[in-house]
Amino acid sequence: MPKLDFDIITLGHGSGGILTNKLLEAGVFDLLSNPLLDTHHDGAMLNLTGRVAFTTDSYVISPVFFPGGNIGELAVNGTVNDLAMCGAIPKYLSLGFILEEGLTMAEFWDILVSIKGASERAGVQIVTGDTKVVERGKGDKIFINTSGIGELHPQANISIKNVRAGDKIIVSGHIATHGMAIMSVREGLEFETSLTSDTAPLNHTVLALLDEFGQDIHLLRDPTRGGVATVLNEIARDRNVGATRVGIDLKQAAIPVLDEVAGACELLGLDPLYVANEGVFLAIIAPEVADAFLEKLQTLDYGQSAAIIGEVVAEHPGQVVLTSRIGGRRVVNMLVGEQLPRIC
Amino acid sequence: MKHLTEYRDPELVEQYIQELHRTATRPWTIMEVCGGQTHGLVKNGILNLLPDLVTMVHGPGCPVCVTPVNLIDKAVYLAEEKNVILCSFGDMIRVPGSTKSLLDAKAGGADVRILYSPLEAVRLARENPDREVVFFAVGFETTAPANALSVVQAQKLRLKNYSILASHVLVPPAMEAVIQDDDTNIQGFLAAGHVCAIMGTGEYGPLVERYKMPMVVTGFEPVDLLQGILMVVRQLERGDYKLENQYTRIVRPEGNPEARRIIEQVFEVVDREWRGIGNIPGSGWAVRAELADFDADRKFSVSIPKVPECSDCIAGLVLKGIKKPRECSQFGRACSPERPLGAPMVSSEGACAAYYHFSMSELVND
Repeated sequence: MPKLDFDIITLGHGSGGILTNKLLEAGVFDLLSNPLLDTHHDGAMLNLTGRVAFTTDSYVISPVFFPGGNIGELAVNGTVNDLAMCGAIPKYLSLGFILEEGLTMAEFWDILVSIKGASERAGVQIVTGDTKVVERGKGDKIFINTSGIGELHPQANISIKNVRAGDKIIVSGHIATHGMAIMSVREGLEFETSLTSDTAPLNHTVLALLDEFGQDIHLLRDPTRGGVATVLNEIARDRNVGATRVGIDLKQAAIPVLDEVAGACELLGLDPLYVANEGVFLAIIAPEVADAFLEKLQTLDYGQSAAIIGEVVAEHPGQVVLTSRIGGRRVVNMLVGEQLPRIC
Repeated sequence: MKHLTEYRDPELVEQYIQELHRTATRPWTIMEVCGGQTHGLVKNGILNLLPDLVTMVHGPGCPVCVTPVNLIDKAVYLAEEKNVILCSFGDMIRVPGSTKSLLDAKAGGADVRILYSPLEAVRLARENPDREVVFFAVGFETTAPANALSVVQAQKLRLKNYSILASHVLVPPAMEAVIQDDDTNIQGFLAAGHVCAIMGTGEYGPLVERYKMPMVVTGFEPVDLLQGILMVVRQLERGDYKLENQYTRIVRPEGNPEARRIIEQVFEVVDREWRGIGNIPGSGWAVRAELADFDADRKFSVSIPKVPECSDCIAGLVLKGIKKPRECSQFGRACSPERPLGAPMVSSEGACAAYYHFSMSELVND
């Protein structure tokens, strides 16, 4: 951390004056330096060719430091992954901070270092940004917005329109790990666990799959907030899907969940299907290549625990139906509001 | 998880299903009392594996669902008007009162906090001596010991700013009310395992004798549920009626004496209003008069006018096992977990909500 004459963020650091300048020069620009950011212009002037994907996301998480990561790398990985799910090669990110008065410079520095590390791992450049400071009590230490631009992979043709009955549903790794890692450090709920968040950049993994399987990858989605159940319901309910509406069949026994995660969910009365993920994606794949896709994915970073968990079907259009471990069948519905731990 | 997998073993489940198919020769109607059991049956898809001759009906065993509207209104009032830190278990805060839920009140600025243990509420009271902390103490016999313990602890710490809004309901009187209803056609019961783990099985023997009805104390995993159903069906087929315990790994006949002692110390039995059902004599626990300082009801003497329940809702019939959720014309239409009209749709363990979330067929997606 650079030597600074302040150790906490004050309202002045958002004023646009000298303090803002000190914070940016010492904290942000030096650390995240790259030719585009170093121009210090009002915006970034970029060179892009062909089809482009563009996305934005805001990160509000409590606590901002959690087992396995912090809000900084989450903000980079999240937007990188959103681009990857479009079949894009992430290139440039913007970074918007809303800092709460009182945030320590040490904490901010740790977050910045994580941002730098995450952007290097993902191979993206942070080229423009913004910093505001809000009064104490009006933020949760720090909120981050990241927008990202990427060039679409030449083979990518990822669209809900491509989804059809017979397609296989593949999950790239253990589900619900991130959500339970966060919950394990939530105030009032702290429980001892070795769980860490699975936050990770998925772009390299996805691009390797696109190189090989191209247009047979019909859809990619990262099941963050709302979990796997929500994403699959969105697909089943989407009116733009294929030629006719589809249903989804899931096999509970095939869905990878770490024992520790399953145990924690059990205790709290939560269903892992609805718990948030950060380093996991769902792929809807043409059936002819599904096995080969899975085999390849299992050799790639973040894909070792991948599994085929279900199938797109013509039956029960609009619904996700799960075959339970014991062979019973039931609907997996959209969640109403937030999943809350049960009373007994 | 290891201790659970044996109760979820697909092969064992299959054996029980086949045994049930062999055993049931006539139509039988069995009620599982507890919402957790309803949830287990529907979530695991067990209902559609049972023989057609065995019909499961769902009981009143969701404490969140049966909490009266008036009590929720009181909790909302305390949070909004009395500068109270209102603490509650998570699944209670979405349940609508007559005009709003605690979640609505929270969104409007009231200090409503979701806690996971009433002892945390005691800690909050210590940390906020200038605020009143009220814990919305909801539940059956299962949650009562911890809620009672919070009062004992607050008393020990001489806290003047901690109280509970008690909304405890008791299972055996509710079972008796269900049996006595002329419209019910229940021939046997799965009694609620966790309730019996606390209270023991002493109250159930007299019920079995009085109404000549088989009851099996049952757990919540697929194998538990199927074994419990099979035990009831076997009794029915034999023309027998007795109290049996499927859940012996958890339930002792005497229950948990220490938990019962602390409940006795803090609570006394009172008549109690059940949302969707009405008044059931001797079916609730209130804080003992000598502990009035820790009883939010007495401490704040809030008078909230009672509002009649929605007339389109057949909650009472569902809670008494007379109707299935799908037999309600409002199910999935005017009534959903987002906008529940009545008790069984409000908490995830209510029968209507369990059907809404998990059961197959014509859910309305449009």
